[in-house]
Order: sequence, then C-alpha cells, then structure tokens
Amino acid sequence: MKKKVLIMPALMAFMTMILSGCQPLMVFDTKGPNAKTLSNTIILSIIVMAFILLVVYVLFVFMLSKYRASKQPSGYEPPHEEGSTKLEVTWTVIPIIIVTVLSIVTIFTTSKVEHQQTGYENKKPLVIYASSSDWKWHFSYPEQGIETVNYVNIPTDRPIEFRLYSFGPITSFWIPQLAGQKYAMSDMVTKIHLAADQEGSYMGRNSNFNGKEFAQMEFETQAMSQADFDKWAKEVKANEPKLTEAKFKKLLKTSVVGRESFSSTHLSFSPAPEMDMSKHSGESNKKDSHNMDNMDGMEGMDMSK
Amino acid sequence: MSKVNKSLPLEYSTEENDLKIFGFWVFLGAEIILFATLFSVYFTLVDRTGSGPIGKELFELPPVLVETFALLTSSFLIGLGVHAMRLGRTKAMMVFYILTLLLGAVFLGVEINEFLTYIHDGATIQTSAFLSSLMTLLGTHGAHVTFGLLWGSSILIQVKKRGLNAKTANKAFIFSLYWHFLDVVWIFIFSFVYLKGVL
Amino acid sequence: MSMDELFAPMKEPMILGAAISIVVGAVAIVAGLTYFKKWGWLYKNWLTTVDHKKIGVMYILVALVMLFRGGIDALLMRAQTAVPENGLLNAEHYNEIFTTHGLIMIIFMAMPFIIGLMNVVVPLQIGARDVAFPRLNALSFWLFAVGAGLLNISFIIGGSPNAGWSAYFPLASTEFSPGVGNNYYAWSLQISGLGTLMTGINFITTIMKMRAPGMKLMKMPMFTWSALITNVIITFAFPVLTVALAMMTLDRQFGTKFFAMQDGGMDMLWANLFWVWGHPEVYIVILPAFGIFSEVISTFSRKNLFGYKSMVMSMVVISLLSFMVWVHHFYTMGHGVMVNGIFSITTMLIAVPTGVKIFNWLLTMRHGKITFTTPMLWALAFVPIFTIGGVTGVMLAMASADYQYHNTLFLVAHFHYVLIPGTVFGVLAGYHFWWPKIFGFRLNEKLGKSAFWFIVVGFNVAFFPLFILGLDGYARRMYTYSADTGYGPLSMVSFIGALAMAVGFALICYNIYYSFRHSPRETTGDPWDARSLEWATQSPVPEYNFAIVPKINQLDEFWYAKKEGRDITAGKYERIHMPNNSGAPLWMSGVMFLFSLFFVFSEWTLVIVFAIATLGFMAYRSFENDEGHYIEVAEIEATERRLRGEK
Repeated sequence: MKKKVLIMPALMAFMTMILSGCQPLMVFDTKGPNAKTLSNTIILSIIVMAFILLVVYVLFVFMLSKYRASKQPSGYEPPHEEGSTKLEVTWTVIPIIIVTVLSIVTIFTTSKVEHQQTGYENKKPLVIYASSSDWKWHFSYPEQGIETVNYVNIPTDRPIEFRLYSFGPITSFWIPQLAGQKYAMSDMVTKIHLAADQEGSYMGRNSNFNGKEFAQMEFETQAMSQADFDKWAKEVKANEPKLTEAKFKKLLKTSVVGRESFSSTHLSFSPAPEMDMSKHSGESNKKDSHNMDNMDGMEGMDMSK
Repeated sequence: MSKVNKSLPLEYSTEENDLKIFGFWVFLGAEIILFATLFSVYFTLVDRTGSGPIGKELFELPPVLVETFALLTSSFLIGLGVHAMRLGRTKAMMVFYILTLLLGAVFLGVEINEFLTYIHDGATIQTSAFLSSLMTLLGTHGAHVTFGLLWGSSILIQVKKRGLNAKTANKAFIFSLYWHFLDVVWIFIFSFVYLKGVL
Repeated sequence: MSMDELFAPMKEPMILGAAISIVVGAVAIVAGLTYFKKWGWLYKNWLTTVDHKKIGVMYILVALVMLFRGGIDALLMRAQTAVPENGLLNAEHYNEIFTTHGLIMIIFMAMPFIIGLMNVVVPLQIGARDVAFPRLNALSFWLFAVGAGLLNISFIIGGSPNAGWSAYFPLASTEFSPGVGNNYYAWSLQISGLGTLMTGINFITTIMKMRAPGMKLMKMPMFTWSALITNVIITFAFPVLTVALAMMTLDRQFGTKFFAMQDGGMDMLWANLFWVWGHPEVYIVILPAFGIFSEVISTFSRKNLFGYKSMVMSMVVISLLSFMVWVHHFYTMGHGVMVNGIFSITTMLIAVPTGVKIFNWLLTMRHGKITFTTPMLWALAFVPIFTIGGVTGVMLAMASADYQYHNTLFLVAHFHYVLIPGTVFGVLAGYHFWWPKIFGFRLNEKLGKSAFWFIVVGFNVAFFPLFILGLDGYARRMYTYSADTGYGPLSMVSFIGALAMAVGFALICYNIYYSFRHSPRETTGDPWDARSLEWATQSPVPEYNFAIVPKINQLDEFWYAKKEGRDITAGKYERIHMPNNSGAPLWMSGVMFLFSLFFVFSEWTLVIVFAIATLGFMAYRSFENDEGHYIEVAEIEATERRLRGEK
C-alpha cells in the first residue's frame, strides 16, 4: 500500500501525456536557436534528475519493503548504528560532481543565449525596442521608423535584438518558442538576442505580474520571410498615421488596447533609458549594480555585461 | 531560577541575570544586521542624488565632530559608571550615568539641529533616494539614542529608589552594552557617511 | 478616508458573505463564553499565560485557523482557473486572493505552526522549565496574533494587499497600488516580524543556556538542533525585512524615494532586500520540519538517527548557503553571465547537504523495525515527494533554463512541492506525534490515515499538472486564460486535486473533535515508545515540565535508560520557581495593533497616542517588580500522582 506513493508520479506523468494531447509543450517546441539551447538544457537536466529520483525511489522502496515491522521476527531489536563515513562521503561527493557538471552547462548555456545567436554572428541584428506600459506592449523599429502595439513582426534568418524597458511596474518579456524571458524595467534597458528559424505565429506575453489587467498582456509574434517583412514595413510607413507625443501619452494612459500601427516611433520624444553598458558598477545612473552586501560579506558584485 | 552565585559580579549573579545578558548580546547581533542593512542601502543609493544635493554640498564637519566627541565621551563615562557599580559605589555610578545621558542629549540636540539645517536648505527626506537613505540611517540611530535616554533615565530612577541590587545592576549593565553599541554604530556613520562624503 | 471607501470591499458579495460569517462567528464565541461563564478561565489560563506549552498550543491554533483561510484562498484560485474564461472572480479579487494566500500560508500558517511546535517541544527536549524569557515569549505570540488579525481585517476594511506576496516596486508604490492594501501588508508583516525576531532571540538563549546537566550540544535531539539553527537564521534575516518594510512604509506614506521611478530611486533594491530575507525565510520554515522528520523516522524505525554528525553539519551548511542565493529569484533581471553563474552554483550547492539528509533518513530505516503510524506516514510520504521538489529546484537553479521557468506555473509547482511535503507534512507529522504529549490522548489513527491519503494523493493531483502547464507557457498569477491555449483539462485536474486536499484538512479538524470524545486517555507519558527527553515526563505535561531535571549522558538518554530499566526522572522533589502570568503582553499587543491600524490609515494623532501608550507599557515593565512564585513540594507530589492516574 505504501507503494502507491511511488506509483503516483508515474501515473501523473502518464495522465498528463494523455490530457495534453500529443502536442509538444511550448518550451520544447522551439522555433529558434535561443529557445533550442534552453530546451536542450532543460531536457538534459530532466534526464539527470530522473536518474537521481530513481536512485532515491529504489532505496526508499527497498527500505520500506524489507524493514517493516510485519516482516521482522517479533523479538527483533534494531541495532545501534552511528553512521558510515564511507557512505556519507559517497553521497556528498557524487552530488558535488553532478552539481559541477550542471554548473558548467549552466554557465556555458547562459553565455550562449546572452550573446548573438550561433549561426547568425556575421549578420547585423535588427534592433526592436519593446516597452511595456499598463497593460500593453509597444514595439519600436528605429531602422524602419515604425511602431506597433501588441504585435511584433520579425524577419526569419536575421538575428533580432530586443531592447526592453518599462513605463511602469516591472514586466517580463517572454516568447517561449523563441527565447527565454527577461525583465523590462523603468530605468534601464535589458536585451534579448534571438532569431527565428521558421516562419509562423508565436505567442508572446508579459509573465511578471503588474497589476489588474496583467492577464491581457499578450502579443503575437509573426516570423516572416525578409521580403514579406520589408513589404509589411513599407506599407505601415506609407499608410499608417504618425505617432505624436500627445497620442502616445494618451496611449500610455489607456489600459487595454487592441493592435495598432504607426509610421513613426516614440523614441524621438521619449527615448529609452539607455546607458553605456560597458561601464562597470558603481556608476551613479546604473541600475544593475546592486552592491548589496549580505551578511557574508559578498560585496560589490559586478553586474555589468 | 534564582540561584545566587556570589563569585560573580552583581549583574551576573543570578541565573536570570546571566540569561538576560546573553539574550541582549543576541539582540545586539540582530541590531548589527539592522544597521548593516541600512548601511548597504545607503551605499547603494549614495550616488543616486537625482536633482538634489550631493553629500559634499550638504555635510558640515564641525557639528559632526561635536556629535562624535559627545558620544565617544559618554561611552567612556558609562564605562566608568559600570566600574563604579562593580565597586558598589552607587553615588559615583549615578553621577557617571547622569553625565552619560546629558552628553547623549547634547548629541541629539546637535543632530536635530543638523536635520533642521538640511530641511531649511531644501534637502528633505523626499528629495532624492540618497537623502532618503541618509536620513533613514541617521534617523534610526538617533531614534535609538532617544530611546536610550528614556530607558537610561528610568533605570536611574530605579537605582535611586531601590539601590543597587542584582536586578538594578543587571539593568544598568545591559544599558551600558546598548550605549556602547550605539557608539560603535556612530563611529561607522562618522567614517563612512561623513568623512567619505566630504572627501 | 471616507466611510464609503473604508467599507468599499463590502460591495463584493463574496467578501460581504465572509465578513458576515466572521461577525456571526465572533458573536457566537462571545455569547458562548458569556453563557458558560468562561471569560475568567480564558483570561487567567490562556490569554495571560507565559507557559511555553500553552503559547505553543495557541500558535498552532492560530496556524490552523490561518490554514483554513489560506486554503479557501487556494480553492478559490483553483476554482477560478479550473475552466478557461471563468467569471467566478474578477481580476482585482483574484489578485488580492493570490497575494493574501502567499502571505498567510508563509507568514501566518507555516511560521506559527513551526514556532508553535518549537514552543511546545524544545524546552521539554532539553529538560528546561520554560524558555529563557517567558513573558517575551507571550509578547511574541500576541504580536504575531495581532499581525495576523491586521492582515485578515484588511479585506473587509479598506482592501487587501494586491501586489503579490513579494510586493515588488514600482507595482507596490502608491502610484500603481493606491489605497491602503499595501500599507496593511507592511504593517502586518512588520508587527508579526517583530514577534518572530523576539522568538529567535528567546530560543537561542534557551537552547544555549538552559539545557539539562550533561546535555552537550552534540547530545541534543535533532529537532532542538534544527530549532537552534532556525532561530539563528531568524535573528540574522528578520532585521533585513524590518528595514525593507520600514522603507516601504516611508515610500508609500511619507513620499521618500527609495524605490521610486524618479529622483534616483531603485525599484530592484526592494527585490534584493526582500529576497535577502525571503530566501532564508524558506529555510526557516523547512529546517524545523527536517528536525521533526528526523525524530519521527528514528522513533518509528526504532533505531537511532543515521549519521547524526553529518545531519547537524548539513543543517549548518544549508543555513550559511541560505544567505548566499537570493539573486536566483531574479535571474531574468539582466545580470551578467558571471553573477548568474555564481548564484546558480551556490543555489545548486544547497542540494548537496539536502541530499545527504535524504540518504541519512533512508539509511536510518535500514535494519529498523518500521511501524506505520500517522506521524510516520507523513514522514515517509515526505521523502519521495519532497525529492521531486528538490530536483526541480536544481533545474530552476540553472540560470539559463530559468529564463523559461521564471514566473510560470513550473515555478509555482516547484515551491509547492517543497513547501507542502516539506513544511506542511513536517508540521502535520509533528502535530500527530506530539499531540498526546500535550493533551494526554492520541489522535485517532484511522481518521489520521484517511486524511493522510486524501492530502497526499490530492496534493500530487493538484500540483503535478502545474509542472506541465508551466512548460507549456502558462504564466503564474493570471486570473484567466483563453480556451485555445489548451490549459483547460489539466487545470480542471488540478482543481479536483485541491478539492481532495480540502477534504483531507477537514478530516484533520474533525479528528480533533472525534478523538477528544472517543480516544482513550493515556497515562504513561510515552505512547509511542519514543527516544527523546520530552517523553520522560508525564502527559499532559505539568506546568513545571519535570519534577526532577534528568541528567544526560548520551543522545537518546531516555531510550537507553528505558532499555536498561533506569528511571531518569527519579529523585527527591524540591520546590520549583516559576514565572507569574501577565496580562501585559496581551494589552501591549492590543495597543500596538491599534497603532498599526491607524498608521495604515495615516491617522497621525491616534498613531502618536498609541505609540506613547506602547512606550508606557515598556516603562511599566521596566519598573515592575515581579519575583515569580514557587510551587511547593506537596503540590508537586499531588500533581505527579494525579498524572500517573493514581488517586
């Protein structure tokens, strides 16, 4: 009867497979190198963790089935055991080795997704500013001189550099099938490097709670061929109205809006809070230099990129 | 609970007293973390002055030197007070304690005056993140001193009424620990806020 | 604030219903006490008590009430998200509910349950008469209780906090969260946090200074060890929260610029301060649970704990590491690879000592003689389920992968998989284990076991799907989702699991009533044939704990003495000095409650009045002469005879 506890996770996994249909989960259904790296990292870690779980479960079942009172002779008195240095060292050292391997993987993959994506190093990235306000996303294309709200179109096969910031509470910019998320904050610009390998429509959203209509902060990411993208940008530039300061102020104040397009960006009159990222911490205007010394004297961490 | 141990000084003489002194040391440990956090916040925000003044424009050393002198001397005097207490000289002890509290009051007066000057110059706690953290740090220390003045006075009244016994000696001793602690915090404030600010 | 705004929340039918039921319940309690003439008894025996056992029981009682409240919050959330586009709750109401759910479950359920068990057990395990500062202990409890009260009236008067339990700025600033909700947040946490800090100081002193003769540090029971380490973490972590909350109050009510979006403020400073406290906080609620599991597994395997030294070491290492991992709560803030890498490593390292503990528990059972009592079932279920929480924790610790997990239900599933099998199963194991010690009868095993299966199965059904949903891009804290996301079926499964858990907790409450009526009273003081010192005295425990304080020669002294047929509590009785009861902690906390309440509403005159009243209480305490009282030998003899069941 105690084995029920163990059967449960397996049962759950089976049930979820059935229930979730046979579509791959979004995080594993990747459409670009950044998300692919992360997906591989996650799958690797799941395999390692499954192995650890297996070891614990086998031991657990073994102890429970062999040493239950009902299996023992009635007069049995358990012996006194202090412990065993050999065993304790074993299960200290093996986890340390596993942690070391995972740490190397972590640092390697983190570095990989934080830089220009592999296979795209020699192409000039398309810079798109993504800024959030309550409760919508603004996308500014300085190169094309256009701006959209709640949807973003990107060309495939060209690296994209999203520069994120916020007009209010902290938000988190996330397109699961293309890249991991990153915070958008009001006084600094953070960056996501990604690229889309395939054309298609991908869900993007804010994943960091920012108040009442947080659930509505979804946007569509359309990846299209370079030709289609250029055509679309030209059309917007030609047909859509200009984004004036007054109009933008009004837009910021509106809580939920649909999709909008403009033939100029707000960056000219309301520039992004950018700073020279090559400087080191301690600069007065830098956000990412939290010199929080905690009680262990870990001071002055360098948070520059 | 109250086994009396004659070989120890009065303030440690009962089990209860021993517990109280130990507990107070642990409390001071928590206080150290409290001030360490305030210092970290200050160091984090010290350059974030917005449109307000920077430390260099604000700090004046003479009043700060008076404050430092007052507090350091009071710390020395309370040490003498505890020494007198251990010799059983109630009167001398009370004199030293009264002088300590008076110097504490001098310190507080100068600090309040300093704050009023800042506010008069348009540097309020709402002006910038730097000033918010500065005034919170100084204010927390100042509030501790204020509380110390009230507490110290109440202990003096008790010593006067009940004389020196295990209980009152224990209270007076714990108060001296508290006072020394505030002094140490002030030394840090003096070095890392004022001196670093004006240099 | 106008009356209309004050009672604005009442416009919601659900909140109005809750408010009415609270009022009706309160009236019923008052009427009952008056009718049965129990006011005097209540005041004299409970409200003014300084007895650590009674304080512990009150802590646990409040924790159970809060479990109920937080559980209703949880059920409402699962019900709202069980189907797409559900209209059960609107966005604002949902936001308030997940905020209070987090706050209540961590601060007002897990913490008091843990601290309550510590209060009951630790002095007994070390052979002390009480904690070092009994009256401070009562003040700790009452401050915690009024903090809980403050948060719980917020949803009726003025509005709940609604910026998430971590209340990140700028969202929690007055600009984006107007109203008093987050003022309530700051003050309820501040007040109960003060109480917790005092508990920390109190217990460190107790454990360091008041152990029975011969009990060296390495002869202490594991639960006492975990309590000591936990209280050290409390003492070092809580001042950080105190400062952070003070800054929050200043920012919200006095216009300072700590976390402002202009004038040099830094919003992420709050996140840093919050998690510098917040991460140690989760170890504060898990380590004592580890201590309880050690006691329970060792007792019901009838074997000493395997690897005692490495168990202590691993807890010390965990407590040190707990202060060095806080950045992993915001890897996505745009730190460099270096910073994220360092914090990934420190975070993953915590898995090493935790793994050591898991294997030590497994090896404790080897060669044992395992009996499946209710407390043991909770401890056994903990191992496999908590391990899932642990390994997903390692997955989350990998900064790169966390870019995909952060803020999703995967993360929510992870921390429920550690907090519930860890903390909740831990306190439930301890609750069933030590219940007979306090009340002199056992909780019914049959009911206990059925509650166990409901909760364990329900828990997995409720939370395992969230891992899957998280990996499918479901962000946390969303009050609704559209049908074409495909999250519907699994969310419904999760809701069914939550219902099963609710049934289990209801059974636990029913079990109290049932056992009180029907369980046989036990007079041995050692119903489980257990190992540590608390079982050496009578059940229920007399006011003075031990008539004779035993001498300790080894770990599990009581167990070996039993085996050798020695009675370690034999000896000649002497009169015992005990502290007096006092109403001061209760009234002082009441005054501080009013102080905070008026502070929340910025009623400065009244704030000053009650601040002065608080100082007045301190002065009263300073001048008071309270020598305590003695229990004479004749009375001790009579009590001991009565508890042994002799007339």
